[in-house]
Amino acid sequence: MIYALKIATRYLTASKAQTALLVFGVAIGVFIFIFMSALIGGLAEFIMARTAGDLAHITIQAEEVDPILLRAPQGQTILLVQETSSQTTAVLKDTAAFIPLIEALPQVTGTSSQINGSGFLKRGAQVTQVSITGLEPGKESVIANLASYITEGTANLGTGDILLGKTLVDDMSLRLGQTVRLESSGGIDALLTISGVYEMGSGGPDRTQAYVSLATARTLFAMPQGVTRVEIKLSDLYAADTIAPRIRALTGLDAKSWTEQAAQLLEALKAQAQTGYILKAFALLTIVIGVASALLLSTYRRRPEIGIMRAMGAGQWFVMVVFVTQGALIGLMGALFGAASGYLVLLAFPARDSFAPGQSGLPIDITQGAYGLAIILTTLGAILASILPARSAARLDPVTAIGQ
Amino acid sequence: MTTLLEVRDLVKTFGSGEAETRVLRGLNLAMATGELAALLGPSGSGKSTLLTILGTLMHPTSGSHTMLGVDLTTASNPALTEFRNLHIGFVFQFHNLLPDFSALENVIFPTAVREGRETASARARGQELLVRMGLADRVQFPTANLSGGQKQRVAVARALMNRPELVLADEPTGNLDQVSAGQVMDLIAEINRDEGTTFLISTHDEKIAALCQRQIVVGDGLVTG
Repeated sequence: MIYALKIATRYLTASKAQTALLVFGVAIGVFIFIFMSALIGGLAEFIMARTAGDLAHITIQAEEVDPILLRAPQGQTILLVQETSSQTTAVLKDTAAFIPLIEALPQVTGTSSQINGSGFLKRGAQVTQVSITGLEPGKESVIANLASYITEGTANLGTGDILLGKTLVDDMSLRLGQTVRLESSGGIDALLTISGVYEMGSGGPDRTQAYVSLATARTLFAMPQGVTRVEIKLSDLYAADTIAPRIRALTGLDAKSWTEQAAQLLEALKAQAQTGYILKAFALLTIVIGVASALLLSTYRRRPEIGIMRAMGAGQWFVMVVFVTQGALIGLMGALFGAASGYLVLLAFPARDSFAPGQSGLPIDITQGAYGLAIILTTLGAILASILPARSAARLDPVTAIGQ
Repeated sequence: MTTLLEVRDLVKTFGSGEAETRVLRGLNLAMATGELAALLGPSGSGKSTLLTILGTLMHPTSGSHTMLGVDLTTASNPALTEFRNLHIGFVFQFHNLLPDFSALENVIFPTAVREGRETASARARGQELLVRMGLADRVQFPTANLSGGQKQRVAVARALMNRPELVLADEPTGNLDQVSAGQVMDLIAEINRDEGTTFLISTHDEKIAALCQRQIVVGDGLVTG
């Protein structure tokens, strides 16, 4: 083996330009593999951060009360149509008892107890329907990072404060510090001061969402106790499917993972990942074909030498090892060179922290370059690619080969 | 003298059907240990085919081939490879050295390939052979930088590396000038005399043949003289 390695190395160093070209070709393939891994992985992270990043990863909502059972008079049928309402009537009580239990779970980074409902924002004769969310003071940015979207004022909600989206503010010609009237669907109203204006960049929240303090929401919805919803944020959003059942088991409440509501997003990300696998497979295929064809040429060029070696007592196995070793060395050198180049180029892109909502950054994640995988797969691919030329070299008839 | 090798009723045909060519037609030959023999005959007489079969690089179509008491007719390819490495050396007309290796690396190849590495003892033996071939100052030279005569002397050294009992030489001086050819033949004769190595030299050159103790003439696939 040592001697076969020496012969293989000598063959590679004897044709420096050809070897360098071959290694460069493999390195380009590996570079593409790594760049694609960083791009596809980064893009998935980016999309998740920008979509699910502002979502609650687990939601506990009070179960709606079943409609009253109506008994139809004999011989008659009753048709009951119940519309889905944003007006919340179900209430989660005793949150103080289970919130500490949830917050003690691993990966839970924060909880937000909320009162949600709908109402009307009024300024003079202008009236706009809005969704109202009452948030605990100090926890405004636990789920959606409101603080990062604030364009004017502050995200901190005191009693009597209201946060509005920029589109809504523009539509109603409002401004920071102005007083507006917010009337709940139950007909209770409050005079509130615009303490902050945010811009999330998506139409819904910017146009129809209003944030108030939990205390204000209690007044508006006449809910002295309890909340309508508890939202939970995790350090790893992919852990939601395993944490949600634990919360259900722990509290008996109906905790739902965000993935139940985002099946299409997950499917899209899965499809994107599969596209990435195809692209990476093509990059590997290019490497394999490149190494195989170069080694085939090399075996053809060295046919007389192979014949001499065989005549001098080199077995078929020895010849195979010489050419497979060449393939392995080309693959390994190309892989290392390509991986190093890929890493250096990816260093120029902003880190993955820039994927977070409110940050600007390209969706390329240096940590997802799959460097080890690229090196292993490329070396294995190059070894596989060299087997065919090596076999053909080993099977050469020495007499014919020497005659050439 | 003991018998080194023997072939009986050796037949070798190439192709089949109407294209079948019978090159050896029941050839018989025996060689004793320590012989220096010339193999003569016109082109197409079967000299090269006989050398190839004696060198275990090709199986005969029929007949028997034994060397050192080993029946090589039916031996497997790996067994023939090992036998060849240990007992047979080759010198070709066009030296056929490995171009990317030095003179010493070429000489020690047969030992290194068997042992899996270049040992110190192999290097010492290789160096000793090159000194004997008059190439003491060319040991580390790349073979591409050697003259034709020097290359052929390196090839002779390589053939002798594993102390084989038989060296087969196919027109070893055919590509050399008169002086170089003389040097190579002197070396072959010296080694045959000093070490008792058997040489079978295929040649068209009557002068070279005259230097050998025995002349074997092949014609139409048979030994005719």
